[in-house]
Amino acid sequence: MTAFFQSLGMTYEWAWFLATFAGILLIALPLMLGVAMIIYADRKIWAAMALRRGPNVVGPFGLLQSFADGLKVFLQETIIPSASNKGLFLIAPIITFTVTLMAWAVIPFNSGAILADINVGLLYILAISSLGVYGTVIAGWASNSKYPFFSAMRASAQMISYEVSIGFILVCVVLWADSFNLKAIVEAQEGHVFGLLNGFVFNPLLFPMWVMFLISSMAETQRAPFDLTEAESELVAGYQTEYSSMAFALYWLGEYGNVLLMCALNAVLFWGGYLPPLNVDLIPWFDVPGIVWLLLKILFFFFIFSWVKATVPRYRYDQLMRLGWKVFLPLSLFFVFAVSFYLMLTRYGA
Amino acid sequence: MIQVLAFYLFACLAVLSGALVVLSRNPVHSVLWLILAFFNAAGLMVLAGAEFIAMLLVIVYVGAVAVLFLFVVMMLNIDFAELRAGFIKNAPLGALVAVVLLVELLVVVILGQAGPVTLGTPDGSAAPLLGEGNTENIGALLYTRYIFLFELAGIVLLVSLIGAVVLTHRESRAIRAHQNIARQNARRPEDATELKQPESGKGVSL
Repeated sequence: MTAFFQSLGMTYEWAWFLATFAGILLIALPLMLGVAMIIYADRKIWAAMALRRGPNVVGPFGLLQSFADGLKVFLQETIIPSASNKGLFLIAPIITFTVTLMAWAVIPFNSGAILADINVGLLYILAISSLGVYGTVIAGWASNSKYPFFSAMRASAQMISYEVSIGFILVCVVLWADSFNLKAIVEAQEGHVFGLLNGFVFNPLLFPMWVMFLISSMAETQRAPFDLTEAESELVAGYQTEYSSMAFALYWLGEYGNVLLMCALNAVLFWGGYLPPLNVDLIPWFDVPGIVWLLLKILFFFFIFSWVKATVPRYRYDQLMRLGWKVFLPLSLFFVFAVSFYLMLTRYGA
Repeated sequence: MIQVLAFYLFACLAVLSGALVVLSRNPVHSVLWLILAFFNAAGLMVLAGAEFIAMLLVIVYVGAVAVLFLFVVMMLNIDFAELRAGFIKNAPLGALVAVVLLVELLVVVILGQAGPVTLGTPDGSAAPLLGEGNTENIGALLYTRYIFLFELAGIVLLVSLIGAVVLTHRESRAIRAHQNIARQNARRPEDATELKQPESGKGVSL
C-alpha cells in the first residue's frame, strides 16, 4: 500500500505513514463491526442450543440487536464509585480494549495483507496478550470493592497459568515452522501431510497441541467453562461489577475481540491460516481469496467456542488450576521434547 | 523522521515514568509507572533493531514480574506516611547505587567503543526487522559459543526454583483438603441420588 501512496507523488515517509494509518483503520473498523455481529451470533447460537429464540426484535432476525445495545450503553450515565481510584478506574477498560486491537497488527489476512510483517510476530502476540491481564487487575483494584478484587486475583492467576502452557504449545509450532513470523508459519503448513493437506493440525505430533491450545485459549479469554472471573453465582459480575455505560461496553468489546483473536490464532497456527484446507486443485478453490478462508476458519472456531459455552458447565477454581499446572504444563513440555526429538532425527540429521 | 520522533517519544516517556516510579505517593501507581517504563524501554530496543530482546522484556518483565509486584503491593496494606519517612535516611544509599550504575554504563560505553545506534527504518533496511533477524543470531550464539554459561544460568535458575518451593512448602497435617479428582470424575448421578415415590402420608426412611 505504501507504493500506491508513493505513486500519488508523496515522499516515502508520508506514504508509509498514510499506508500504516489506512491499514490500522482497515483492520480496526471491520473488527468492531465483526465483534458486534459475533455477539449477536453468540447469543443466537446459545439460544438455539437452549431451545430459545434469542434476539429477534431489533431489525430483521434481530440483526441490529448489538447496535441497539451499543447505543443504549453509549447514552447511559457513567457512574464512578466515589471510593474508587478515578484515573485508574477509567484507564483499566481502555487498556483491555487497546490491547485487544494491538494484537491484530501481526495477523496475516492474506499472503500480502499484514499490517506489521515482523520477524517476532508470535512473540509480539504473546507479549501483547500478557498485557491483557492489567485491564482486569487494575479494574479490580481501582474499584475498591471486594468482588472485583477477588475477580482480579482469579483473572491474573488464571491468565498467567495458561500463558505458560500456551508458550510451550507455541514453541512446538515454532520448532516445526522454523520461524516466529506468522506468515512464515502459515506458509510452512502448505502441503503438510504428503503435500495434500494444509495445516499443522493434521500432524499426529501437533494435533494434541491444537486440542490443548483450543482449551487454553478458552481459559485465556475467560470464556465459559472457564469464566470464573465473572462467575455470577459467586462474584456478581466479577471485575466489571462497578462499571457502567461505555466503560462496561469497552470490556464487552475487548472480551469478544480477544475471543476472535484466539480463533484467528487457532486458524493461523494450526489450520493453515489463509490457505485452503486441501492442497489439491481439483476444485477451483485456489481462486478463492485467502481472507475468505481465514474468515471461514475464524467463524468455525467461534462456533466451537459458542457451542462449548452453551453446553459445558463452569469449572471449579481448583479444577482450573489443576488442569493448567498439572495436566497441560507437563503434557506440553513433553511434546516440546517429542517434537524437537523428531525434528532432530528427520530434519536436522542425528 | 518517524524513527527520530518515535525515539524521542519512547525516551522521554521512559525517563518520565522512571522518575514517577520514585516520586508517586501511591505504591500501586509506582508499579504502574514502572510497567510503562519497561514498555518504553522495549520500544527503544525495537527501534535499535533488537526486537527479540524487546519482546522478551515485555513478556518476562511486564507480563510476569510486574504482575507479581502489582499483586504484592495491592495485597499488602502499606502505610504511605511510614514509607516516606524513611526517604531522607535512604536517599544517600539510593544515590550511591545510581552513581555506581551510571559509572558502569559509562565504562561500558567508553571502553566498548559503542558507536551511535542505527534506528530502524519502516522498510527494515537499517535495522533487520525482516529477513535475517537477531533471534537466529542470539540462538546460534547461546547454543554454541556460550553453551556452558547458558547451562550454568539454567542450573542457577533451577536451584532458585527448588529453593523457593522448599522455603514456602509447608506440610499441613491439620487441614486435609486434598481432592481426589479421579473419584470426583467417576461419580455418577446414580451413585449420589436415589429416586423414590412414596405413597402419600408414608414418607421415606433414609
